[in-house]
Amino acid sequence: MANQKETTFAKKVADFFCSLKLTIFCLISLAVTSIIGTVIQQNKPRGEYVQVYGENLTNVFEKLQIIDMYHAWWFLGLLFLFCVNLISCSIKRLPQIITSVNNPPLTPDESYFKSLTGAKTFDSKLPPDQARERLSNLLGERFAKAKTTKADGTIHLFAQKMPWARFSVYVTHFSILLIFVGAIIGNIWGFKAYVNIVEGTSVDQVWKQGEKNPLKLGFEVRCDDFSVTFYEGGQRPKEFASVLDVIDNGQEVISNRKIVVNDPLSYKGITFYQSSYGSAGAATFKMRVTPKGGSGRIVTGQEGDHIPLPNGGSFAVNGYAAEYQGFGPAVQMHVNTPDGKHGNPFVVFQRHPEFDARRGGDYAFALLEYNELQYTGLQVKKDPGVWVVWTGCFLMIFGSMAAFMLAHRRIWIAIVARGNGCTVRFGGTTHRNRAAFDLYLDELTTEIESTLNAPAGEK
Amino acid sequence: MTSVQLFNLTTIGYFVAMILFIAYLVTRSRIIALTATIVAWVGFATNTAAITLRWFEGRAMGYSQAPLSNLYESIVFFAWSILFIYLLMDLKYRQRAVGAFVMPFAFLGMTWAQLGLNDAIEPLVPALQSNWLTYHVITCFLGYAAFAVACGASIMYLLIVNKNQESGFFSIFPSSKVLDDINYKSIMIGFPLLTLGIVTGAAWANYAWGTYWSWDPKETWSLIVWFIYAAFLHARFTRGWAGKRAAWLSIFGFAATIFCYLGVNLVLSGLHSYGS
Repeated sequence: MANQKETTFAKKVADFFCSLKLTIFCLISLAVTSIIGTVIQQNKPRGEYVQVYGENLTNVFEKLQIIDMYHAWWFLGLLFLFCVNLISCSIKRLPQIITSVNNPPLTPDESYFKSLTGAKTFDSKLPPDQARERLSNLLGERFAKAKTTKADGTIHLFAQKMPWARFSVYVTHFSILLIFVGAIIGNIWGFKAYVNIVEGTSVDQVWKQGEKNPLKLGFEVRCDDFSVTFYEGGQRPKEFASVLDVIDNGQEVISNRKIVVNDPLSYKGITFYQSSYGSAGAATFKMRVTPKGGSGRIVTGQEGDHIPLPNGGSFAVNGYAAEYQGFGPAVQMHVNTPDGKHGNPFVVFQRHPEFDARRGGDYAFALLEYNELQYTGLQVKKDPGVWVVWTGCFLMIFGSMAAFMLAHRRIWIAIVARGNGCTVRFGGTTHRNRAAFDLYLDELTTEIESTLNAPAGEK
Repeated sequence: MTSVQLFNLTTIGYFVAMILFIAYLVTRSRIIALTATIVAWVGFATNTAAITLRWFEGRAMGYSQAPLSNLYESIVFFAWSILFIYLLMDLKYRQRAVGAFVMPFAFLGMTWAQLGLNDAIEPLVPALQSNWLTYHVITCFLGYAAFAVACGASIMYLLIVNKNQESGFFSIFPSSKVLDDINYKSIMIGFPLLTLGIVTGAAWANYAWGTYWSWDPKETWSLIVWFIYAAFLHARFTRGWAGKRAAWLSIFGFAATIFCYLGVNLVLSGLHSYGS
């Protein structure tokens, strides 16, 4: 007795993990709990939560791991339960389906026919063998090649279409597991890091988020140039681009590869994505300074420095814009008088070197070159699991489409001798979309009738 | 003729079709139902022409992108998708009463776009300069549109269930069995499209940023929608969840869809900031 109780308990547990109710529970709870992380911002510094929600609530958040909820034990637990449910369902149902697909009843009895879709019985004057030949041909033409079995004086025909459609739902379920496997592979063997490279320099290591020690790349990446371009007459950025080289073992293996936001660079499984940029120290410029009535000379300097002028005064460049009011690149600058008085700021355009003479100052300035030293910020990623994820996605899309659109259809015919003629039983099953199959069988029935009623010797 | 003028005509067309479909519910005139369907087809053709023209207008301005790049363009494409799925369903079922419950979605979308949104054609910022944008937007919105049709059929289902359909106002409605079937079939079309939309989004994110999934609010909400419809499809296998409960689940699903599309941009913050 005790043993029996145990088996019923074990069965109950097994049934629980296989149940559709658990599936629906998992899906709905995943949907509902996922909302939390979209309302409460994730992975922010603690102080921000305290500011918005207060100390007590923040403590609760930390305990329940709501601050990083998609990696919290309870959320991963739900996903795990979902997977267990998926696997148990498949283990339970798959063998049954394989058996039923591989071993269809080849000699069904009369009562089996009554349970079928579109079940019909016909009487025919044709001898059984001739009826068999005609019906077998008809099925072959209209449906699928029929398999003939003879038993107890009855001829049985069986034909089926797309038996593999039964497995599409399991392909879909398997694809979900595959996506999880891919994500796990990426988490274990991959990394996500970032690196800033100043123009003209190179790096051989990157930094993972939140970690102090850098990660060696095993090769060098050099940034030749970073640039931002804008759409004409506006502030809307058009392109963020870095020109990169890869140096491996002292050899430049990739040269002058331009990367932009939607076009990364990959080398040895590691991919570099254009992510951010910034200024790397003071900019330098080259200018022609022309005193009134005199001849110009070239001056170079750094932004922010006061550069002496021959009259005892000085000038300084204080700002730069890559695009200034539709006139192209420009600097803002000012001139100090010999007694140290700060003059009014004015703008000098690179594309219009003659403009500044019209200002009427003691000196006219023309901007020849401006080099803003910048760094490019790259996201660095290695994910060996990504192809597993894509395979999963591919299987999911085709699996779900097949599961919704394709049906495993089967048709049985039994021919029983009756006097000189025969009785024909007919019917079929489909594993989905019965309404369409009903219509199909109706049409087939009329064809079967006319085939059976055609005089002997004719087709 | 500019594309914006054509979109105005589309809005008027959808409005007229909607009124005619409602008139059909009251008058039961087959001629009105047929006229409503024809007007819906004309509106759909105008909508198609307007989107095509807008594409050419963009090209003439020197931008090569498909017209699917901001909130205005997405919503006129959403209206187009709703009509596309609805007319497809109409060809199969010929249940004109459904039009009265689906056209309002398309009409409201168009009206909002025409009255409240910026219709300027603007060049793409670097993050959006990718062919994935087109695939991603088309699959997502065709999916959303299928869910809109399912939602319309579900509302009708809840109105007529347990009511006598032999005479009276509801006799013009399709039977509860047909409505349940339209609901199911639409979700069957929408679900693989949504899956494809999420996958193309993930593929794009991986290509542009190196992360196929980052639990950003938009991504998470699309997954929530996916969970709801997955639950719907599985719930159909158990009898208790067909009919009324399935109808409610479909309506919840569409509400979540709309939140995923608009709510996330208007209420929450994240990567898909075109709505702000």
